[in-house]
Amino acid sequence: MDRPPVVALDEVSKSFGAVRALSGVSLRLLPGEAHALLGENGAGKSTLIKTLAGVHRPDAGQVLVDGAARRFSGPADALAAGIAIIYQEPTLFGDLSVAENVFMGRQPLGFGRRIDVTEMHARTSELFSRLGVKLDPARPARGLSIADQQLVEIAKALSFDARVIVMDEPTAALSEHEVQRLFGVVRALREQDAAVLFVSHRLGEVFELCQRATVLRDGEFVWSGELSGETPDSLVRRMVGRELSQLFPKQDTTAGDVLLSVQRLTREGVFTDVSFDVRAGEIVALSGLVGAGRSEVARAVFGIDRPDAGSVHVGGKRLKYGSPTAAMAAGIGFVPEDRRQQGLVMDASIERNAALASLGRLSTFGLLCRRSERALAQDWAVKLRLKFSKLSDPVGVLSGGNQQKVVLAKWLARTPSVLIVDEPTRGIDVGTKAEVHRLLSELAGQGVAVLMISSELPEVLGMADRVLVMHEGRLVEELSRAEATEERVAMAAAGQAVAP
Amino acid sequence: MRNLLRWETALVFLLVVVALTGQVGTDGSFLSGGNLFYLGLDIGEIALIALPLTLVIVAGEIDLSVASVLGLSSALIGWLWNAGWPLETILPTVVVAGALCGAVNGLLVTRLGLPSLAVTIGTLALYRGLALVVLGDTAVADFPASYTSFGTTPVPGTGIPYPVALAAVLAVLFGVALHASSFGRSVYAIGANEEGARFSGIRVKRVKLSLFVLAGAVAAIAGIVYTFRFSSARADNGVGLELAVVAAVLLGGVSIFGGRGSLFGVIAGVLLLGGLRNLLILQDTSTEVLTIVTGLLLLVSVLAPSITRRVGTLRKAAT
Amino acid sequence: MTTQLTPAVTPPARRTAARRLTSRVGRVRELGIVVALALVVLPTAIVNPRFVQPQSLRDLLLNASIVALLAVGQTLVVITRNVDLSVGSVLGLSAFLTAQHFADNPGTPLLLGIGFGVAVGLACGFLNGLLVALGNVPSLVVTLGTLYVFRGIDYALAQGEQINAANLPDALLDLGSSRVLGVPVLVLVAVVVIVVAGVYLRSYRSGRELYAIGSNPEAATLAGIPVAKRTLTTFVLSGLIAGLAGALWVARYGTVDAAAGTGLELQVVAAVVVGGVAIFGGSGTVTGAALGALLLGTITSCLVVLQIPAFWQQAIAGALLLSAITVDRLLALRLAKALRTSEGTSHA
Repeated sequence: MDRPPVVALDEVSKSFGAVRALSGVSLRLLPGEAHALLGENGAGKSTLIKTLAGVHRPDAGQVLVDGAARRFSGPADALAAGIAIIYQEPTLFGDLSVAENVFMGRQPLGFGRRIDVTEMHARTSELFSRLGVKLDPARPARGLSIADQQLVEIAKALSFDARVIVMDEPTAALSEHEVQRLFGVVRALREQDAAVLFVSHRLGEVFELCQRATVLRDGEFVWSGELSGETPDSLVRRMVGRELSQLFPKQDTTAGDVLLSVQRLTREGVFTDVSFDVRAGEIVALSGLVGAGRSEVARAVFGIDRPDAGSVHVGGKRLKYGSPTAAMAAGIGFVPEDRRQQGLVMDASIERNAALASLGRLSTFGLLCRRSERALAQDWAVKLRLKFSKLSDPVGVLSGGNQQKVVLAKWLARTPSVLIVDEPTRGIDVGTKAEVHRLLSELAGQGVAVLMISSELPEVLGMADRVLVMHEGRLVEELSRAEATEERVAMAAAGQAVAP
Repeated sequence: MRNLLRWETALVFLLVVVALTGQVGTDGSFLSGGNLFYLGLDIGEIALIALPLTLVIVAGEIDLSVASVLGLSSALIGWLWNAGWPLETILPTVVVAGALCGAVNGLLVTRLGLPSLAVTIGTLALYRGLALVVLGDTAVADFPASYTSFGTTPVPGTGIPYPVALAAVLAVLFGVALHASSFGRSVYAIGANEEGARFSGIRVKRVKLSLFVLAGAVAAIAGIVYTFRFSSARADNGVGLELAVVAAVLLGGVSIFGGRGSLFGVIAGVLLLGGLRNLLILQDTSTEVLTIVTGLLLLVSVLAPSITRRVGTLRKAAT
Repeated sequence: MTTQLTPAVTPPARRTAARRLTSRVGRVRELGIVVALALVVLPTAIVNPRFVQPQSLRDLLLNASIVALLAVGQTLVVITRNVDLSVGSVLGLSAFLTAQHFADNPGTPLLLGIGFGVAVGLACGFLNGLLVALGNVPSLVVTLGTLYVFRGIDYALAQGEQINAANLPDALLDLGSSRVLGVPVLVLVAVVVIVVAGVYLRSYRSGRELYAIGSNPEAATLAGIPVAKRTLTTFVLSGLIAGLAGALWVARYGTVDAAAGTGLELQVVAAVVVGGVAIFGGSGTVTGAALGALLLGTITSCLVVLQIPAFWQQAIAGALLLSAITVDRLLALRLAKALRTSEGTSHA
């Protein structure tokens, strides 16, 4: 393995405003290796990937291709250098055919430089058969499942004989069967001397597929080396920077009355026949793969999406379909998955964000009382130990963890009886993470019913009194705190559970 | 926020510059009572429509049909007057009709999720077309002097024309609604991040619908003002006025992408636009040049933020 | 419960049903316009048989061909999720300048004079494109501004003057009235432009990239497509075509003042949208847009023949535009639902 790297990053730093996303990170990708890039959410993995992709230009340090420093002026340069990126969120053109998505900008040409559609479809079919997929090259990309979209992305990377293929959590939405097929493709690519950079949260997959790994934490380089001497525990320690047992301080509480009751809730094609209860003082985790329908259930409960059938009761009263206003009036608070898009108005100040869900309470005859608005924000900033300079600063300048605290403040200001939190600790630093966990635990202690959606198994196992597991839109398993182990949850999420 | 304040300061500064150069360049006639009265009349409709349109644009939408609603309401006044209706009945009817026009825009945007741009380009043609259908190319001018004098006389005891007084009263109402009410907070939140607003329990569709209805109703009121000011109800009244209104709002520092801007800035924008136009008219400049200037002002006001940003990054890169 | 979500074992019937629905939406549109055309023409022909005589059909095509030309340029722009509202003003400016050029230089060769008009349009389009691509400002606002700027320049240059057929060379005026095999030359020019643009959009890489940009702008950037350059190009092409249309306008009508083509942008946008070009970008054909222009033109002619006041024309154009985007939206919603449920069923 002492061959020179195909692509390397040398002491790369990148900042966005005041936020330092990468500082002095190095990475060496050797030909014919599968290299894992590890780190918690917010560790800087996506910034690193986008630097390789030519989307971001490093503030300091270099990108080296075949040992020579290169300045990518855009994604086209990175593509030309043979670097293909498969993003976590597929980036397809919905209006165009699958074959065109694969060959965009490189369509085979025929007479008079016109696109040879027959040839393009033939080559696409050929790529798909290499991947073992049966997809019609002529169908539009719109409406493909996430897994199929990912396969189109992989076919795209294969089509131009990329020398470096970056896969950002490619398995998050795939079934075990599809994962195995993907791994077969990766091994075939390695045999052709391509380098694969593999980003995944599933350490089992990492050990199965990769030879070497690089670990990032809070934007800094932590470790890089052979995987053969490592164990999952040792890797997690490197990623987290401390022992796992220090986290997740959920105290035992006695569960009270049922506060949230979901019965046979169905949204066609998204989730089917989902029923569960959450009691006062309980933290119930909703687990499963990305795309299993967890967030969608939460959205429907809160009224963002209209369910097609079923019911939601809060404190015994039935909720109107599709009305967040009704859900809030009934006492539901919802900390959504995407903090920047759904949780906050990034341009608006801390105080305005904190008060946004309480506007009715803060105004008389429609006129807003600014003093109470400020008092509300001040109060919660102290309670949640928010780090800020002025309450009138836009939330955009805060760190991820402090932004999440503002979202929590917004909902806690309404003293909800049911709190739904979707990925409450995604992309926030370890210290704040522990604070959020303590807060959720305290809330449960005060008799709030908490429904928590999380992709991080340790968080689920540490925090939840009960674990519900979803697979392909259905609730497939319910485990008590004592029954819930990493294996059982993972098996159920992969669809291997014994039906409850 | 700080950027915005700077923009508004710049506007006020520009206003003073325009007023002073106008005063000097016209040998004192620019700031004379007579000319200011005329200027006030001239910007009356623009000022009126700019108020609700500010809220619409802050909420991240746009309404290009306002000038057509103005024309339609003018045509309706003429048609109903010809049909023998009393003006006391005609005027409320026309305002309701304007609100209905706004509601059609709002329903197409909120219920079907269509882009307001495409919808209001369509209704721009539709409402103007309906105005033509109602009144053809005729003009109705035989309104009683007690009504038409509203457009030409000041409020008793002041030198302020009625349309300006009306606009001032509405400006206070809209200012309070946008800057001091929970409704205004919702409007800003929707414009800055619609999804975030929805996830905070704000009734996005209802707020947007009400904004379009307001825009329609106020555009109809502007149609009444326009009709009586020129004592002429015509289907083609106010053709192209939407450009001047949009230009004034954007000039006032409201972001075309929504979420930013203040009513104070918009009022300054209206005055600046009106002042410039008035100055050019005093200089006997042709109306063509006025069109060019309005168009250029619109371009400059939308380009200004992105140019300053670009210059900022260039300067940063240079250091 | 076993894993059943591999694409290979997805029930094929569902998938193809979704696909059929998708492709049908595209084709239904062009068919729909043809049906609508028939619905408009037949009753008119019954009321007034002279409506379907060759001469009036020729007039119909002639009237539609200039709007159809503009619609082709507009399609290029709209496909990339932009819009060019200045086309009417560009046409007016180009028409006036072309006529003035011919009047001032009586010896100008025909093609050179037309080229002059094209160049005027190209310059206008270039300005639009620069402002949109570099200014990062919505094209709607930019072109709304330039709509008035170009028109204002037009008025300022014309100074209320009108250029009459008497001052124009016969070669130019002949172009407006001559025919090849019974088909007016202007119509042939429009057809050539439609065919060229159609082939470009369907079969050339950069043409396909326009769809990609409109379909998913972020993904287009990530795929290395030069988005700003392509956007600029579409505006240049739209301006160029509007310039050509301006020159042809002179040939067709012979008399030009500064008001030529005022308000035409509404008809053009309506034609494009009625013709099935998605206002959100990413899909649509120039053939559809041209058919949309033909439909609008036919309706206008029918109003005249049926002696309905021409005042209805604008209201009808507006109503057609609104119903076209409404129908598109409803179809898209149904399609989304169909895709969602078919996918969900294959997973269950």
